[in-house]
Amino acid sequence: MMRFLLPLVIFIVLAGFLFVGLGLNPHEVPSPLIDKPAPMFTLPQLHEPKKTFSPAEMKGQVWLLNVWASWCVSCREEHPVLMALAQQNVVPIYGLNYKDKKEDGEVWLQRGGDPYVLSAMDREGRIGIDYGVYGVPETYVIDKQGVIRYKQIGPVNPQNLSETILPLVAELQKK
Amino acid sequence: MKKLLILLFCLLPTFALAGEAQDMAADPVLEKRMIGLAEKLRCLVCQNESLASSHAELAEDLRREVREQMQKGMSDTEIIDYLVSRYGDFVLYEPPFKSYTLLLWFGPFALLLIGIGVLVFQLRQRRAAMPEPSLTPEAAEKAATLLEEESKA
Repeated sequence: MMRFLLPLVIFIVLAGFLFVGLGLNPHEVPSPLIDKPAPMFTLPQLHEPKKTFSPAEMKGQVWLLNVWASWCVSCREEHPVLMALAQQNVVPIYGLNYKDKKEDGEVWLQRGGDPYVLSAMDREGRIGIDYGVYGVPETYVIDKQGVIRYKQIGPVNPQNLSETILPLVAELQKK
Repeated sequence: MKKLLILLFCLLPTFALAGEAQDMAADPVLEKRMIGLAEKLRCLVCQNESLASSHAELAEDLRREVREQMQKGMSDTEIIDYLVSRYGDFVLYEPPFKSYTLLLWFGPFALLLIGIGVLVFQLRQRRAAMPEPSLTPEAAEKAATLLEEESKA
């Protein structure tokens, strides 16, 4: 009896691990920046390059920092979701226009609409490196103290928005 | 005129080289050190390629970052810490030795030891369970006569 039972148990355990492994996304690398202060920067704004934007201005507010680019394919999928979110007025969305040309970024926002309060231009992608960006789009939820609470890798969609991001924002706004 | 043309054609490859060298730092020693370090780091976009061999844009940016930090005089460990603080341990090809990586480092050896243990146990049990070879009195007598004949011959 034992002779057959043991291999069967080992097989089931192994199959269980492999099955869970199938559902994991290897492209989602957990960010070490969660629960750490959002890296500081001062960057020119996309629409008014003479003005700058710094996360320091956002102290006391819960906000989203969305990394986007006109060349990014998944951003197209994400864009309508952000537009709808911006209309709800629940949380301000700031954009980080990552490794993009100013003109391209502006054209892109003209075409699809602009969900951002403003977008900062990270032409060289240096701030992206500070934030550990490796796959655009990425979205950071930053709390009132300027601490990164969550990082969405890949597009924001209605599901992760309603299940994760918005509940977290509501909770952080209460604090 | 013909000779001049040939000379010009011979010079062509040098122009090609000049185009490729753009990504290189002016200092070849530093470049070598940068490549050496980048080989130990993972490109996060392609994941199964090192930072040194990847052509992804992010990899190029990170190589630039590493190069600049080396120019600033930062040590390899400082640069690795800088990247790990942004991208996590995943950027390292060789996982660090930490409490939560113990299973990763020792798991295979533990499995090997368990396997050897099970094997030794099984073999011992099998030996213990094997019956002593016993002969019936007739068979023993037959064997004895056979052996006797053999020794006579």
